[in-house]
Amino acid sequence: MILVWLITILMGGGLLAWGAGFINRSWPRWIALAATLASFSLFLAFAFSVPGIGLGQPGDWLAEYNAPWIPAFGVQFHLAMDGLSLLLLGLTFITGVLAVLVSWTQIRERVGFYYFNLMWILAGIAGVFLALDLFLFYFFWEVMLVPMYFLIGIWGYENRIYAAYKFFLFTQASGLLMFLAILALYFIHGKTTGNFTFDYPELLGAELPTRTAFWLMLGFLAAFVVKLPAVPFHNWLPDAHTEAPTAGSVILAGLLLKTGAYGILRFVIPLFPEAARDFAPTAMALGVLSILYGAKLAFAQTDLKRLVAYTSVSHMGFVLLGAFAFNIIAYQGVVIQLLAHGISTGALFIIVGCIQERIHTRDIGQMGGFWQKMPGMGATALLFALASLGLPGLGNFVAEFLTLLGAWQASILWTALAALGLIFSAVYSLRIVQRVFHGAPMAKPNLPDLNVREWLIMAPMILLIFWLGLYPGPVLNSADAPLRNILAPFAKEESSIGIAPEEDGLSLSLQKPETEKRKVINSK
Amino acid sequence: MSSEDFRSLLPLLILAAASILLLVVIAVRRDHRLVYYLTVAALAAALAASLIPVEYSPRTASPLLVIDGFSLFYSALLNAAGLIVVVLSYTYLRPLREQMEEYYVLILLAVLGSVILAASRHFASFFLGLELLSVSLYTLVGYMVRSRDRSMEAGLKYLILAAAAAAFLLFGMALVFYEAGQLGFSGIGKYLAEAEALSLLIITGFGLIIIGIGFKLALAPFHMWAADVYEGAPAPVSALVATVSKGGVVAVLLRFYSEVDGYQFPVLALLFSIFAAASMLGGNLLALLQDNVKRILGYSSIAHLGYLIVAFLSGGAMAAGAATFYLVAYFITILVAFGVVAHLSSGEQEAEKLEDYRSLFWRRPGTAVVFTAALLSLAGIPLTAGFIGKFYIAAAGAQEGLWVLLFILAASSVIGLYYYLRIIMAMFASAKDPAQRIAPLFSGVGLLLVILTVALVWLGVFPQAMLDMINEWVAG
Repeated sequence: MILVWLITILMGGGLLAWGAGFINRSWPRWIALAATLASFSLFLAFAFSVPGIGLGQPGDWLAEYNAPWIPAFGVQFHLAMDGLSLLLLGLTFITGVLAVLVSWTQIRERVGFYYFNLMWILAGIAGVFLALDLFLFYFFWEVMLVPMYFLIGIWGYENRIYAAYKFFLFTQASGLLMFLAILALYFIHGKTTGNFTFDYPELLGAELPTRTAFWLMLGFLAAFVVKLPAVPFHNWLPDAHTEAPTAGSVILAGLLLKTGAYGILRFVIPLFPEAARDFAPTAMALGVLSILYGAKLAFAQTDLKRLVAYTSVSHMGFVLLGAFAFNIIAYQGVVIQLLAHGISTGALFIIVGCIQERIHTRDIGQMGGFWQKMPGMGATALLFALASLGLPGLGNFVAEFLTLLGAWQASILWTALAALGLIFSAVYSLRIVQRVFHGAPMAKPNLPDLNVREWLIMAPMILLIFWLGLYPGPVLNSADAPLRNILAPFAKEESSIGIAPEEDGLSLSLQKPETEKRKVINSK
Repeated sequence: MSSEDFRSLLPLLILAAASILLLVVIAVRRDHRLVYYLTVAALAAALAASLIPVEYSPRTASPLLVIDGFSLFYSALLNAAGLIVVVLSYTYLRPLREQMEEYYVLILLAVLGSVILAASRHFASFFLGLELLSVSLYTLVGYMVRSRDRSMEAGLKYLILAAAAAAFLLFGMALVFYEAGQLGFSGIGKYLAEAEALSLLIITGFGLIIIGIGFKLALAPFHMWAADVYEGAPAPVSALVATVSKGGVVAVLLRFYSEVDGYQFPVLALLFSIFAAASMLGGNLLALLQDNVKRILGYSSIAHLGYLIVAFLSGGAMAAGAATFYLVAYFITILVAFGVVAHLSSGEQEAEKLEDYRSLFWRRPGTAVVFTAALLSLAGIPLTAGFIGKFYIAAAGAQEGLWVLLFILAASSVIGLYYYLRIIMAMFASAKDPAQRIAPLFSGVGLLLVILTVALVWLGVFPQAMLDMINEWVAG
């Protein structure tokens, strides 16, 4: 039931904020803050109540809720949480609270409707991370789109309408392909077993002809790869990120992209393990292409926000690379990457937003020497730029290191090429710091440093990125069991590569994996 | 005819009697309000009569008509749609200087024609119902002759094209009769089942009938009239064309096809597939170029009937259920959409230009939200009835493996999304002059639109009750 509450609080808060907006202009933000904090604390209370976070047995869910929804179609309202969902939900609620705080003074118009959209995006994302019924999953997948479209289209910057269209059409088109694949899976499974259901644990065991499985996998992958995004489907991202209001960019980078990665891990690979393995070389190639091409494009931008947007493409390339390496080290890397990228890129977007609020431009050419006037912001930006380039001690380093380590077992060539991305990321990250905060000071009289509210936003992000970099153990532990479930079909090959499972995660993993005893999720 | 026959035909009798009564009343005294109330009462009574469970259904009330769960469900649906159109019409017509009393008679006759279609099991009643419907619509489409320029054009266009379609239909029926020697659907079905090989004539006959139906449903390539008629007709009449007229024809098509087992002809399936694909793509592509909201809705209706034909084509166990559910969802949605158009129209001027909707959200938030919900439902976004409807269609199609059509459906839905979003974006665009904010007007029509929108969302979130009802009444 707690899972339902997590979503309902956000949706209800959104409706309330909208209604309150007609009465008073400052109520909506307080309501939104209260709602996000309420669901966050509910989540924390739950997370700490779980006996030994992440030590839950594989195949078990930490929490589950199942009720019939549309029995005529075999649709259930089935939500469940495991360690993977737990981590991503944590990210969702933290980002949600920060997004509300970021918008605090930035949004002056149509406040009620703004917070309504913000809350519903968060609800949709939380739903995506929890849904275990494919119909319900698609439902939430779509629910997060419409409010995001409004968020970009109404409160965005100059070119917002174009960006909003592009965002919606790309994601909707790819989503429909996934929808068709879901339907096909539903009927194939229904016809062979006589049980027409969208329930994920049921469908996990579906027997599919190789060719069909491959096409269905492509259908699912289409939606997730566009969302991720991987080159060449990344086209919508720079526009959407650039034109969205700061909170929108933070949610896009921090959460929306993660839903694509989550989809690959939760659905594509467990549902179609064989097909995924056949497709792995292509997927890894796309991942490497995204890393390198995204980094190259990031370097070429003159618009600061667009630059940060392209770094997302580059960073998410690691996720695709790791997800198709099929071993636990790479998967641990992917999960940390999801969290670390959400925080570091979110923080960079917030800094860009702060700069834009002060000088009303995003053009790097018009910036320079900000360190003198805003040392606090400069130091923060430097920290997150260093995180982005993968400095040891910060979250992204752990993520990229583990991903590359794992990917090495799968393909030496692609890993070697992907490692070049680390060099490029150093180039563009340092360019941000150098061009914006060093150099000749720009003659702008009024450049106040970060204020209390902005520090309040930055502080948890700084703590989190250090935490992920210095002590990722809890995260690795929490994700371990679910990731091993996903990898169960590949377990045999893993050992045949010659890497003993005990070396998994090196000294970082606190738990000894017992691969043989682990069962597939659906055998509960 | 026994008294039970009369009882089962009650919805039809109420409508027929009410239209005669109205004519008499009008002859005595012209009173807009009185005629309006009588019409509402008649439609409500017919609706209630359709919904009261009849223990002796299915009942073949004559060789022409059959009253069963299917026809009663459609009768209820069509009467409800007619009722909503009438309520929309009243406030819409009041400021106009027309003689509106006959308008209501025509609406009653159109609904009656449609209900006859839904109940018909014979070519004679099929044609009778269709003509009753069409003749009323010619007049209704051109009703605003005095106040609108395009009204006459639309009416004439509809008259000529629909008459041509009727000719096709009639000729097709004649050919089928020539071969089969039967006019009743079941008789034709029996003949087809026994026939060794089918002659070219009978296939041609079926083809011509389908073309006639294609005209009435505005399937591409017989869609040319749709946009002009939707634009030229008064907004409530456009809603009538979109709902009552199409609903009745879909009903008769479903019944005819299942009784004669039309699915056995691959040629006809191919014909329908081409119509469906052309309608989905054509309707959505043509709508992209429009700046007139009524024309957009007209083209979108072409696309939506194309989706519906996909469900119909699946022919499996789900076909009738999927088509009917989609029709229910589409009825509610399009009634809301045209209801908003009618609601925003004032006197001589209809709110049909995209410009009229610019920044509507900041002037009349309630109306804009209602319209947004309708447009999202047309686009098939979750939380709305349109999503479940489209899902049901896709499920029916996927079950029968109509993958090509489903891909076209998905692709054209994305195209369609673009113009729905265009209207939505226009409504949410910031107001140039915030001072011209109009206080939200709370009226009867506003309340009706809110109720319909709630139904729209309700069906999108909890469709189970409606699905059960359809399964029991229509598919059962």
